[in-house]
Amino acid sequence: MTDASMDNPPPARARSLRQADANTRRRNAAEKRFRAYGMVAILTGLFFLTVLFVSIIRSGAPAFTRTVVNVEFTLTQDQMDAAESELFKTKAYSNLFIAALQGKLEERGMSVEFDEAAIERLLGKVGGTLRAHYKEFPDDVGKPVPFELAASSRVDGYYKGRVNRETLQDSRFLQLSDLDLVDALEEAQIIKQAFSWTFITGADSGVDNPGGAGIGAAVVGSFFMMLVVLVLSLPIGVAASIYLEEFAPQNRFTDLIEVNISNLAAVPSIVFGILGLAVFIQFMHLPQSAPLVGGLVLSLMTLPTIIISTRASLKAVPPSIRDAALGVGASKMQAVFHHVLPLAAPGILTGTIIGLAQALGETAPLLLIGMVGFVARGYPDGFVAGFTEPNSAMPAQIYTWAARADASFYEKAWGGIIILLAFLLTMNIIAIILRRRFERRW
Amino acid sequence: MPLFWLILIVLVIAAVGYMLGRSRALANAGGDSRELHSLPSYYGWNVALKAMVPTFVLLIVWLLVQPLYVNSVISGMIPANVIDDGSSRGLVMAEVRRAANGLDNAVAQGVMDEEFARNARADFTDVSQVLKDAGQIVTTEVTQPVLRAAQRYRIVNATGYQIMSIVAVVLALAGTLFALRETRALFRARNVVELGIHALLVGAASIAVLTTVGILLSLVFNTWEFFKLYPASDFFFGLNWAPSFSGRGGSSDLGVLPLLWGTFYISIVALAVAVPIGLFAAIYLSEYASPRIRSIAKPLLEILAGIPTIVYGLFALLTVGPLLLKVFGNEGLGWMQAGTAVMTAGLVMGIMLIPFVSSLSDDIINAVPQAMRDGSYGLGATQSETIRQVVIPAALPGIVGAILLAASRAIGETMIVVLGAGAAARLSLNPFEAMTTVTAKIVSQLTGDADFASPEALVAFALGMTLFVLTLCLNIIALYIVRKYREQYE
Repeated sequence: MTDASMDNPPPARARSLRQADANTRRRNAAEKRFRAYGMVAILTGLFFLTVLFVSIIRSGAPAFTRTVVNVEFTLTQDQMDAAESELFKTKAYSNLFIAALQGKLEERGMSVEFDEAAIERLLGKVGGTLRAHYKEFPDDVGKPVPFELAASSRVDGYYKGRVNRETLQDSRFLQLSDLDLVDALEEAQIIKQAFSWTFITGADSGVDNPGGAGIGAAVVGSFFMMLVVLVLSLPIGVAASIYLEEFAPQNRFTDLIEVNISNLAAVPSIVFGILGLAVFIQFMHLPQSAPLVGGLVLSLMTLPTIIISTRASLKAVPPSIRDAALGVGASKMQAVFHHVLPLAAPGILTGTIIGLAQALGETAPLLLIGMVGFVARGYPDGFVAGFTEPNSAMPAQIYTWAARADASFYEKAWGGIIILLAFLLTMNIIAIILRRRFERRW
Repeated sequence: MPLFWLILIVLVIAAVGYMLGRSRALANAGGDSRELHSLPSYYGWNVALKAMVPTFVLLIVWLLVQPLYVNSVISGMIPANVIDDGSSRGLVMAEVRRAANGLDNAVAQGVMDEEFARNARADFTDVSQVLKDAGQIVTTEVTQPVLRAAQRYRIVNATGYQIMSIVAVVLALAGTLFALRETRALFRARNVVELGIHALLVGAASIAVLTTVGILLSLVFNTWEFFKLYPASDFFFGLNWAPSFSGRGGSSDLGVLPLLWGTFYISIVALAVAVPIGLFAAIYLSEYASPRIRSIAKPLLEILAGIPTIVYGLFALLTVGPLLLKVFGNEGLGWMQAGTAVMTAGLVMGIMLIPFVSSLSDDIINAVPQAMRDGSYGLGATQSETIRQVVIPAALPGIVGAILLAASRAIGETMIVVLGAGAAARLSLNPFEAMTTVTAKIVSQLTGDADFASPEALVAFALGMTLFVLTLCLNIIALYIVRKYREQYE
């Protein structure tokens, strides 16, 4: 054998391993390109993610601040008596306020001309606010009281860049001369940005008052909805999973259920909205835009998610546990409820939280059952009323704001999204922690 | 809320029954639980279940049936001459229900006494004014027949609920007594309770089937109503979508084709964004990336899937739309008129679908056996050649399934198109024009103030049916492909 190879030496190599020929170079270049495509794809995805979050935070942050005017104001008893004796009482109060404000500006050596109309454009009806305060707290008369008055949404817009001097047209809402006053007040550090609790705790306002709109009532609506979802879909989902995983015989009925569940998981959410509208509102006459109806629809939507994750965690419990339980004389039901279910509980909980988070952000079905366009002006009065009284929900409220013509509501919509995402993030983090802490590998 | 209290009462009866059943069984066995057939708690549960389950089933059925019954009784009371032209019995019934509700609330507020609410006559006193004063919504003048029907409605309803409460409590007590009577030491309580729980489990599992049945029924019935008012051929083959807003019908063009075109066009744009990015991301993550990069990049990409669609909708409307307008609008290339367009919605939807495609493809590529790769390397192929010529062809059916699932997502997506795609239905090829989709029109037809019985509102159900059938087909095909492929390598 060796001789043969000696006799016929291999033909001299045309190519060397040390020197890449054209074909190899081409193939290596193709390899590099292919790798680069993958990198680019991932980076593009991450780029989109970054852009999304940057634009949410940049546009949403202003919703959490509002422009306020801080004025320390002293009302003497004489001034009050004089004002109360006049025909236009609130006008008298606002004249006093204007005088005080002018005094403050003059102290700092600035003089800006402004009248009552300008103050009303900037701060709304100041006189009424002041009078109401002194009527409520008569003891404050004669003492210096610090007032924090919210500036109008146009002034707010001037601070946040929605309104500027070039594009501003004089109207009954704001005039160019008012901006001079705002600038002067800013220099005197009377007007400034403050954290807006109204946005977090308040209810929705009408279309003409973007400044007063808050998401608090919608958060409460969402909370009641999630309560319904939790109470309905967790027990039903777990029961259904236990049946399918532990008891169901192999027959057509079981197949039918299985096919149904996997299909329901992929049905577009708007179809569930149609179901809710037709069955719960048209047929059963449940109250429109009530969190109860929203919760029912979202429960049906969440069920497949919970069933799928519960089945996975039931499946993860090793059969030896069941066998051991059966071996010491437990019935099948006892084995499942006393041993398998507690061991699967962390997984079930994690799946439930993720399902709830999904339901919390779902909007489309809520549009159809009338939770949109509804102005949630206040909190529900009482626990039972929370379910049946019309209310909004967080995503529906965001949609309502986005659909309004006034651009200052957009900022509120972005702000609402920050709050919604904060809730989702918290829920997901809890789910991850639960999984990390309690997950058992068998 | 009486229902709340009723449920509480039944629960209390059940709890008492549990205690009684348990102690009765123990007493029967002379206090020695070893003499019992089952554990003592099973005797308690037997009583509690027999008190609760029939009662709650009865409550649910009653609550479903009573409104139907009351409706049919009351609507038979309304004389035909009250129903004006252009109105319908259903509308008058809605009026009656509103008036009855108003009366209820007014009584609850103390503005009206029960006597007045029951016997007031619209021809003598101005009931609508009284209701308005009480802050109730009254759309039109409450006429005497409507008021009479409303009063009757209240009475029938109230009596119905009274009977229901009594029957429920009696049933709960009867169940308790029956179960207590059969409680003896040798009674097979565990077997009975487990049978009951088994039945409850089957019931819970059937809810999925019930949901599907509910969806199908609500779609089919209303679609049928729609096709009685509007010819089916015009709906399926009409090239024009122009609903009239009068709610009278007749003058509306309700062709589905422009909407389907918009839906498909937007989905195609979305898939054109999501499929290349998602697929290459999946390939990189499963074949090239080090475990470290994988553990960071994969969850980050999957965040995109967890963001609610309303966020994407707002992103399309307020960020992407204006951005595209700056580039392609009149100041730039001049192709685009407004921020809402096929391109806007498609691009944002594509971003949403990236993780969908990438996660599913990732799983599928990972499922390709390592032996196939090793064989390819052994023949001298580079890694990318292996991927292109061995891994991808092997994973292709699964990837197609993943893409089909993503397509079904895109077709059913609502919020992004409602906010980002515009409202005009047109058949056009320009991706920078505003178009609309099936889902967006379902929303706009059902949230407007068209009358529920008009073709303009009912068309939404026909659209929903179209959507449901489309996505169902896509899902079934996709699931079939994915499942078949999985079996191949396991």
